[in-house]
Amino acid sequence: MTLVAVFFYLFAILCVVAGAGVILARNPVHAVLSLILAFFNAAGLFVLLGAEFLAMLLVIVYVGAVAVLFLFVVMMLDVDFAELKAGFIKNAPFGLLVAGVVLAELIVLFAFRDLSLGAAGVGAVSSPVPDVNSGISNVDALGRLIYTKYAFFFQVSGLILLVAMIGAIVLTLRHKTGVKRQSISEQVSRNPKDAVEVVKVPSGGAVIPSVEGQ
Amino acid sequence: MDIGIGHYLSVAACLFTLGILGIFLNRKNVIVILMSIELMLLAVNINLVAFSSFMPREGGLTGDLTGQVFALFVLTVAAAEAAIGLAIVVAYFRNRGSIAVDDINMMKG
Repeated sequence: MTLVAVFFYLFAILCVVAGAGVILARNPVHAVLSLILAFFNAAGLFVLLGAEFLAMLLVIVYVGAVAVLFLFVVMMLDVDFAELKAGFIKNAPFGLLVAGVVLAELIVLFAFRDLSLGAAGVGAVSSPVPDVNSGISNVDALGRLIYTKYAFFFQVSGLILLVAMIGAIVLTLRHKTGVKRQSISEQVSRNPKDAVEVVKVPSGGAVIPSVEGQ
Repeated sequence: MDIGIGHYLSVAACLFTLGILGIFLNRKNVIVILMSIELMLLAVNINLVAFSSFMPREGGLTGDLTGQVFALFVLTVAAAEAAIGLAIVVAYFRNRGSIAVDDINMMKG
């Protein structure tokens, strides 16, 4: 049990420190790297909680896709980030006030409310976590759940991702004007009737080709 | 030393507060604001998974997978939100050459 505690405190402290690094870093690249560290440690917390699939998903989706996307955007945009940092001290008192109030509320909630959950869930649990000895892994159990009971929500989340993908493409796609490009439809719709002109040339004479066919 | 649900909720509360603080501190930088939102969503995910793991059920056992399924959906929406937000930032930077939040006043809102 102490091993779990040691790892919990390791992951928790590193996660919070990395979270602080995200918002305090002077260089946005350092902020993204801190975000990646925070996600890794949150994945460790998920493993401690027994949610292995979500932990791996966090590493793959967040570290592999979202954080790298942030990194790309930070490096691609030529922005003077020092200038954007200007209001840092000016906004600090109000921000600290609001954050302090929120944190105090949450701490009071945790301190004075019984979080043991009692027997509230007994009988209400519809999809229990499989037993360690049952041979069913976390991935297996989650798959059985999302493809049956939550199939509709699963498909809707797929639709959300599709819309996000199309939206991102539409927002960033730009057609450059003045660039020579192949136009397939124009090539295909061309026929011999208006492309080739047969001209009868009288012997000893000359014919000026008409411009209509061009 | 037993790690209970309160420990996990405390970590999530700290992360959520850091996200709020980040929005206030970096009010001009859209990219850091988006990262702060990601931190807050991560805190929500930790809460969901913690409650899922500590949900009591018959026979003195704990655990209900529903919380993990919801965390999965939150993760999906967070990824979509990050993609769209960054696409908007890139499109805005192309049009105006800046990403300062103060400059986003075209609609006089």
